[in-house]
Amino acid sequence: MSEAQLDTRGMLCPIPVIRTQDRVRELAAGDVLEIVATDPGVLHDIPSWCRVHGHELLETSETNNEIRIRLRVCAP
Amino acid sequence: MTAQSKAISNPDRPRRAVALISGGLDSMLAAKVIQEQGIEVQGLNFYTGFCVEGHTHAIRAKDRAKPKRNNALWVAEQLGIKLNIIDVSEEYKDIVLNPRYGYGQHLNPCLDCKIFMVNKAQAWGFMEENGFDFIITGEVIGQRPKSQRKETMPLIARESGAHDRLLRPLCAQHLPETLPEREGWVDRDALYGFHGRNRKPQMALAEQFGLTDYAQPAGGCCFLTDKSYSAKLADLWSARGKRDYELDDIMLLKVGRHIRPSETYKLIVGREEGENNYLEGYRKQFAHLRCESHRGPLTLIDGAPNAADIEQAARIAARYSQGRDAAEVTMSVHHPNGVSEVLTVTPYAPQEIPERWHV
Repeated sequence: MSEAQLDTRGMLCPIPVIRTQDRVRELAAGDVLEIVATDPGVLHDIPSWCRVHGHELLETSETNNEIRIRLRVCAP
Repeated sequence: MTAQSKAISNPDRPRRAVALISGGLDSMLAAKVIQEQGIEVQGLNFYTGFCVEGHTHAIRAKDRAKPKRNNALWVAEQLGIKLNIIDVSEEYKDIVLNPRYGYGQHLNPCLDCKIFMVNKAQAWGFMEENGFDFIITGEVIGQRPKSQRKETMPLIARESGAHDRLLRPLCAQHLPETLPEREGWVDRDALYGFHGRNRKPQMALAEQFGLTDYAQPAGGCCFLTDKSYSAKLADLWSARGKRDYELDDIMLLKVGRHIRPSETYKLIVGREEGENNYLEGYRKQFAHLRCESHRGPLTLIDGAPNAADIEQAARIAARYSQGRDAAEVTMSVHHPNGVSEVLTVTPYAPQEIPERWHV
């Protein structure tokens, strides 16, 4: 189990979702990915993407226009 | 043995279809029609850089409070299918710059685009590791003047390389049988014969499926079908003397007021806080102007302005500051090499900025 980070600051949706999708593909089931973003669209799109693919959304937080989303990768 | 021949030689295997999902109603219905026949469907969505999805909403402050969603993901959730979003923005340049079948009403290369996307879908879907048997799209004969016509349907199937593995469930009854129909994977009688621009049959089918919330953007989901956006792209090519673009160029065409006083430069003026924040991200790449004596927008300068141009640019930018009626306004100019200067200028009056400068 590892914890990975993905920086998508300055990118607009759907790019952060695409980067998340590509990064998750490299991770194993059980790994945790933390995504940092500035586009508030991720607050909707990444949870939606998690539901579509069965990954577990752990938490979302927003401070000073910076958004952090943590998810746990589930088996395909 | 290829994935295609394997699929045929293994007749008892459950069949799987890959659906092009734009986020609009037609592709959603097409996928649903095939799902209803017991076929496993997965979605593919392509990011070209021109997608309307999200961008401007995310940029403009007034839209930040509105609920936003990625419609392709929303469709996938509604249908309970997986969705892969593929970034094709780099390869897509060739489609926009050199469309073999030309443009539609604006700079929209719809026919080449459809061929490109179906080709991508078959390359991805028929890979052995993905193991899909056919492709579905939400195309309807007569729906779009450039790409969705009776004569373009076989052309897309042929040129994309998908041939008879391309099924259009919403208008299949007007088209020759495809492999999934011939092989009995899907029941042709349970497909549809929609045609024309009338949306009522699709809306009725959506209601029948219990789908009540769907997106129906007027120009589709692509900025290239937008007159004003296409005009900005044409201006960019004309001013640079070559037809080319980077992703940043096409993103910036979605933001701000674009003013071109000369062939050598144009200004991108933030219209509100969200756009100013977005333009801030480009301040290291572009010369830019700020108003020092009053509140005002961030203005990027794109091109190669000379000293006289810079002064003119400052007078124009001052026009969009709170000092627009003042006799003098102090503007700072910041060059990408780190050098800054301060100019005191008289803001242009509205009539000094002719309409033709507005791109």
